[in-house]
Order: sequence, then structure tokens, then C-alpha cells
Amino acid sequence: MDTRRGTPVSPGVAAGPVLLLDTEWFRISRRKLRTADVDAEIERFRTAMAAAATEARQEQQNIGKQLGRQYGAIFEAHAMLLEDPAMSGEIELQIRTDEYAAEYAVSRVIRRYAKAFQSVGSSMLAGRASDLFDLERRVIGCLLGDRREELKHLTAPVIVMAHDLTPSQAAQLDPSKVHAFVTEAGGRTSHTSILAAALEIPAVVGVGPFLEDVSGGDEAIVDGNHGLVILDPDDATRAQYESARKTYVSFERSLDELRDLPAETKDGVRITLLGNIEFPHEAAHAVAKGAEGIGLYRTEFLYLSRDSDPTEEEHYKAYCEVLSHLPAGVPLVVRTLDLGADKFNPRSEPVSEEQNPALGVRSVRLCLQNLPLFKTQLRAIFRAAVHGDIRILFPMITTMRELRRCKLLLKEVKEDLFEDGVPFAREVPIGTMVEVPAAAILAGPMAREVDYLSIGTNDLVQYTLAADRTNEHVAELYSAVDPAVLFLIQRVLDEGRKAGKKVNVCGEMSGEPFFAALLLGMGLRQFSVTPHSIPEVKRVIRSLTLTEAENIAREALLLETASEVMNYLRTQSRRLLPELEL
Amino acid sequence: MSAINRPSAGTLDPPLSRDIVVVNPQGLHLRPATAFAKLARQFASSVAVCRDGQRANGKSQMELLMLAAESGARLTLEVEGPDAATALDPLADLLAAADASDD
Repeated sequence: MDTRRGTPVSPGVAAGPVLLLDTEWFRISRRKLRTADVDAEIERFRTAMAAAATEARQEQQNIGKQLGRQYGAIFEAHAMLLEDPAMSGEIELQIRTDEYAAEYAVSRVIRRYAKAFQSVGSSMLAGRASDLFDLERRVIGCLLGDRREELKHLTAPVIVMAHDLTPSQAAQLDPSKVHAFVTEAGGRTSHTSILAAALEIPAVVGVGPFLEDVSGGDEAIVDGNHGLVILDPDDATRAQYESARKTYVSFERSLDELRDLPAETKDGVRITLLGNIEFPHEAAHAVAKGAEGIGLYRTEFLYLSRDSDPTEEEHYKAYCEVLSHLPAGVPLVVRTLDLGADKFNPRSEPVSEEQNPALGVRSVRLCLQNLPLFKTQLRAIFRAAVHGDIRILFPMITTMRELRRCKLLLKEVKEDLFEDGVPFAREVPIGTMVEVPAAAILAGPMAREVDYLSIGTNDLVQYTLAADRTNEHVAELYSAVDPAVLFLIQRVLDEGRKAGKKVNVCGEMSGEPFFAALLLGMGLRQFSVTPHSIPEVKRVIRSLTLTEAENIAREALLLETASEVMNYLRTQSRRLLPELEL
Repeated sequence: MSAINRPSAGTLDPPLSRDIVVVNPQGLHLRPATAFAKLARQFASSVAVCRDGQRANGKSQMELLMLAAESGARLTLEVEGPDAATALDPLADLLAAADASDD
């Protein structure tokens, strides 16, 4: 048994056989052979090389017929490379002397050649590296034969382990087959991590180098609650996790029973519960968990993992797809692009280094500096709004001037659409996110300019306390219940009420059962949370009277430090919600 | 009887060599290297292509490619073995050809 520690990014526990992936989506076993198996492995390798060469020759014929002999010749060259004595000699040597499994030896040798091609300083050769990767895929495909396991075709549940996963790779994971994932790289705020939480599979990232010690098929347990990866667990550990898993599942089931019950306090105050989503298809899941709409659709994934900016049509299709998963008349809040220049830059603009990206050109600032990019998204939103109750949400608004510029732009976009004769919705509600202290301070005037406010607690906490939560040296400062943060949230709730505008909270804070009671008592009537938190938040709401919640809030707001508030909330929830102590 | 120290076939015949300049504007790229290795493998003799002290097995495209012989590079072709005399001319012609991939 071997326990490794990483960053927990998505809760839950899963156990099962390991599927090792390399970046090309192939299962590469870094398995060592038993000496007695070496000869058989070399035979397996030779058979695979011959099969790969035959495949390449077949392709040479096909492509030759379709496109002309010149193109087919490329595959002849591939076939010849596969029969190249120097390369296969080296691979066989690795199998024999290092006792590596054939897949791993093939991958190592071919990649070393590819690297040599790239570093020899010849552009002619550098361009050939991709041919080598193609060969690698072909040979490994032949080696794996029926065992070839691309993620899309998984037949049995597995735990995926990889050095790193790109967001688009993570998006391909089928939660019914991939029960957890673990990566060597990555951090809490990486998009892959956010995605794991959205897919609701346990995930641990940033474990550091460990794949050398794992072989495909090994048993492992992933504890996404505590950030633990247990390789080759012993029976006692296995039993302990199995019973924990059962408890967790029955708790989840009991929450699911709440789905069709209204989110309403014991004394009948009705609360609106909405879901936060990253991908269009998650809308269905949010509804299944009891969401009454989508309170935050993050549109960043339309922009990531690609070489060009998304077109208006791509935006439009994505928004229509979300609507297709929602019952008619249910609200969908589309937040405009909220990425920093450090994570994304419009393809037309040169990258500029920023000393301080969190305070730099990001989010709506980036959009206002790249109007064509911004207008493309806004046009699509207005067009999609013909088909449902779509609302616009501007992130990171700091000043009234920014907000007014955004509104002016909306007007322009509507005029353009009118002139183009394209159908669009004339009345789309506009909201602004309150996630910068300046916006919280100016909540009154801001509320009067818009139809609703939405508090983004993650950034509001970071900017109020000037602490980056991913920086472990200041993470202690970062607390959603710091009295300074609560002061600003209270202010926004009060100003919203005075202006007669709805206020929503869509940061992670509102999905924490501890904090839900507090926010309810402070006056919040609309929560937008990750879908899997919906039943839990609903349970909290249903187990309190508004008076009880208001008492909790009144007491909590008198406290002077974050830890006092936290302790107080813990005591209260133990008293009122004993079953949450899991 | 056990094996006798028989001289290898190669040592019976002196190595033959020829200097060649790469004229193909793209250099000794994948397809010419493939064509060359394909031809070289048909001979029993060992075939080597040398450039600035770097020596590639002429029957391995991979090693030929690693010479990174761009247009204008000076190469030495060495053939050693029983059919060296027959092999030298066609191999040299192919290596010197304008573009081995042209039909």
C-alpha cells in the first residue's frame, strides 16, 4: 500500500483499476517485465511492427488511389520507417536490457527520435516529428489490439491517471466509466479541476511524479475529499473506504428525495435555487438535481482549448443547446467572457506580459478592449434569447462607467441586428456581477442601472482581503466569512432591496451548507450553486425558519474575526442540522 | 566441426566509395531517404552514408534523416561487401538524383 497526497478538487471516493494515459490518450504501461517474459515481449513487438507496416502499406494503396501516388508515398515512407533496422533494434534493446513493456519501449524510442528531429536545427527534419508521432500511435494501436482503450470506448469502470489532462480531454471523460481521476500536474483553479467538479467525479491533482510507480490495472482508491491517492490498498483500508462510500451514497440518495420539494423555509418563505454550469449539457443535470433555472452559465469553455475565437454561430448554438435542456420559461443567465489575459488572449492581439494579472486586463475589461470579440458574443445572446428567458451578466464590473459602456454596446448590437434583419430579443434583462469591492460599495447606483445583481464571492473575497487563495502562504487570509466580506455582502443585499432589484449569490460560498443559513438570514433569497450542492442547500433551507436564520446572521455579523464566525456557524449547524456532520 | 574463424564476406572485397553533393532543394528528406534505404536493403553489402564524420547506416532511413543533409551538403557513400561493385552506381545515382520522389 502506498499513499500519495495531492490537491482535492472534486469530492467523493472511488476505487477501481487504474487506467494510465499518456498525453496522446493511449494507455501506456510503464510496466517492467519479468525476465522470463522478455522473449515473448520481443515477439509481440515484432508482430505489432509488421502489422503496423502492413497497415501503412494498405493506406499507401488507398491514399494513392484517392489522391495520387505522391501522397501514398508518404505512407510507404512510414512503412519503411517501421521496418527500419536501427529503430526496431533500439526498441528491442530496451525491451531486452531494461525489461520494459513493448508499448513503453516504443514510445520512448520514437519520442527520442522525434526530439532529435526537432533539435537538430533543420526545419525539414523538425516537420517530420509529427510523422513519428503518427507512427507511435500506429504501433501502439497494433500492440494494444483489442486492449486499445480510448476513453470514449471504455467498457469497464476505471480510475484515470495521467500526467495532466487538458480541459477538452477532461470533458471527454464519461462519468459512468471514469470513476475518478488523478494527475501529477495541475492546481485547484485549473479549468480541468473545475470541470471535474462539474462532472461530479472525485479528482485529485498536483500529486507530483508518481506514475512511474503505477501500472495499468493496479487497484487504487481516490479520496477526493481529502486529496489522497491510495495505490494497492490493503484489505482494511479497502473495507474502511467501502463503508464510507456507502454512507456517502445513501446520504446523496436521501438528498435526491428532496428534489421535487420546494426550497422553502419552515415558515414558508420561498427561496429560488439555480444551478451554475460550464457546459450546455450540464443544464439537464442541474434540472435533475432540482434547479429552477441556470443562475450562471460560464461561457469560458467556448474560448479555451482552441486556436481561433468562437464564431457567433458557435455561441448561438451553445446557448440554444442549454435552452433545449431546460423546461420552457426557465431563466438562463449567460455570463459574458470572464477570462484573464493570462489564460486567454484574443487571437488577433499580441500577448502582453502583466505584472499582476488579477488586477490587469481580464474579464469585462478584456472584452471592452476587444469590441469585435465582445460583440460576437452579445449578438449571439440576443439571437438565442428569442427562444427562451436568457439574461446577460457582466463579470468584474468595477466602475459605473464600465457598466454604462457595456449597456451602450448592447444598444449598438441590437441596432446592428435590427439592420441585419436577424431575429433577436429586444428585452433581455441585464445584470452585473459584484465581485470587486468598488462595485459592492457602489451597489446602490449599480442596482439602479441594471435588472439584477449577482455576487461572485470567489473574487469578492480575493479582492477584499487582497489574498490569492491558490497561494498557500496567504490562503489562511482567504475566508468567505471574514467580517469585511460579510459587511460588503450585507451592503449589496440591502442596496438591492432598496432599489427593488433581485440579488443572487453565485460563488462557491452559497453552495456551502454552513454559509447558506447565514446568507438566508442576511436577506438572500436566490442562490446559484453547482448542481450537486442544490439538494444540500435545499435541505438547509427547509430545516430552518427565517427567524432562526436571521438570528444566526445577526449574531455572526457582530463577530470580529473569520475564525469566530466559522466556529459560531459550526456550532449552530451542529445544533440545527446534525446530519450534515459527515 | 565447430565454427572456424571465417573472414566475413565484407573483408574479401575492398570498400568502394564516392563523394556526392545533395542537389535536391529540400535536402535528403523523408521520401528520398526512404527510396535510398529501400534500394540499399536489396544488396548484401553494407551501405554507409557519411557527412562531416557522422556515419549513417544506408539501410536505415532514420539514420539517413538524422544526417540532416540539406541541399548542398557533401556526402560520402561507402559500400562494402560481395555486391559492392553492382550496388555503388545505382545507389550513388539515387542519392545524387534531383528528387528521388519524382516519378
